[in-house]
Amino acid sequence: MAEGVKIEIVSPERLVLSEQARSVIVPGAEGYFTVLGDHAPLMTTLKPGFITVTDQANVAHVFYVRGGFADVAPTGLTILAEEARPVADFNRTEIEALIASGMTALEAATTAEEQDRLRTEIDQWKNLLLEAGTVGQTAH
Amino acid sequence: MPSLKDLKNRIASVKSTQKITKAMQMVAAAKLRRAQEAAEAARPYAQRMTNVLASLGAAYAGRPDAPALLGGTGKDQVHLLVVATGERGLAGGFNSSIARLARDRANQLLKEGKTVKILTVGRKGNDILKRSFADKIIETISFREVRQLGYVNAASVGEKILAMYAAGEFDVATLFFATFKSVISQEPTALQLIPAQFAAPAEAAGASSVNYDYEPDEEAILNDLLPRNISVQVFRALLENSASFYGAQMSAMDNATRNAGDMIKKLTLVYNRQRQAQITKELIEIISGAEAL
Repeated sequence: MAEGVKIEIVSPERLVLSEQARSVIVPGAEGYFTVLGDHAPLMTTLKPGFITVTDQANVAHVFYVRGGFADVAPTGLTILAEEARPVADFNRTEIEALIASGMTALEAATTAEEQDRLRTEIDQWKNLLLEAGTVGQTAH
Repeated sequence: MPSLKDLKNRIASVKSTQKITKAMQMVAAAKLRRAQEAAEAARPYAQRMTNVLASLGAAYAGRPDAPALLGGTGKDQVHLLVVATGERGLAGGFNSSIARLARDRANQLLKEGKTVKILTVGRKGNDILKRSFADKIIETISFREVRQLGYVNAASVGEKILAMYAAGEFDVATLFFATFKSVISQEPTALQLIPAQFAAPAEAAGASSVNYDYEPDEEAILNDLLPRNISVQVFRALLENSASFYGAQMSAMDNATRNAGDMIKKLTLVYNRQRQAQITKELIEIISGAEAL
């Protein structure tokens, strides 16, 4: 595998993408990272975000993923996502609805643990919206 | 002896039954293809998930600090049986064979003095099991209105199971469904969900020899994946089930169509024989009438 990295994006329903890419940017739990060929083996959970796949012709394809994990193995990169779709299908209002329902849950939450968890979740969604803005610009 | 008119009516009614079963068979065949495709499309995800969990989980096997979903609660007193069946009947032994497997398991557990709780997914399983275990069924989930099963449906079942586990309502969860082998054979299967069990595949051993970096760390990843795995297994079971259901329905309806064909043949034979007998009788009457003159 001299050139690039083999990427597979799999959602529970189907195989979303499987191809030989030049580079892939992945939203890891501790920040975005880029995978090129011969990346060291790495396993990480994902936060909601955007995967940018640059193909052999240097064209970027952006995918929205939510919940899952990435497995960088010597044979290639596998993304298992609970939800994965092309960014064209990404819907801001959906996320805004998620934030709103998170907010109401936060008000109803009683334990500090629960509140903490919900707050991180809401922050994640808000970040996602910010990122969506920048992704939208680069995609155009 | 039924009259000619009766026979005619019966033939007509069997014929229309045959038309219905024939139509159902063709519908099932078309739906089967779609269900099978969905089941096949979902396979890579479940497979990779299992591989990763197997290699991660192997490290935790037998350790007291293993996550609760992997290590269990340390007891096996309360058993939850999740029984996934079809929403409709007319599929041969499909629903009853799953229910029978679950019932045998429940009886065996009860004999051992364990507590059994049953969660049915699908209306038919509830109908069958409530005859003998009405007090054991805690909830029934039905996807009757759902046209195409999605991951969200399975996730809702998975979350319910997890919430019950977190509340300490059971110790061991087992999932019952029918694995799709082929159109004519579907195998009722019991799969232990919690504590998670992995048949460590041979290649997993090879994969774990690669030195992985974990981000954030192994335990966090495992804690993230284990709950998700429950939903994934449920999803896979539901898809296998729907493929199995249409397979079973197709062969059941094929049989029904053939039986109806046989019946029509037999009835037509009797009908024709009687018709000839009638004609002969009428001829004799005419001839003997003419002779008498």
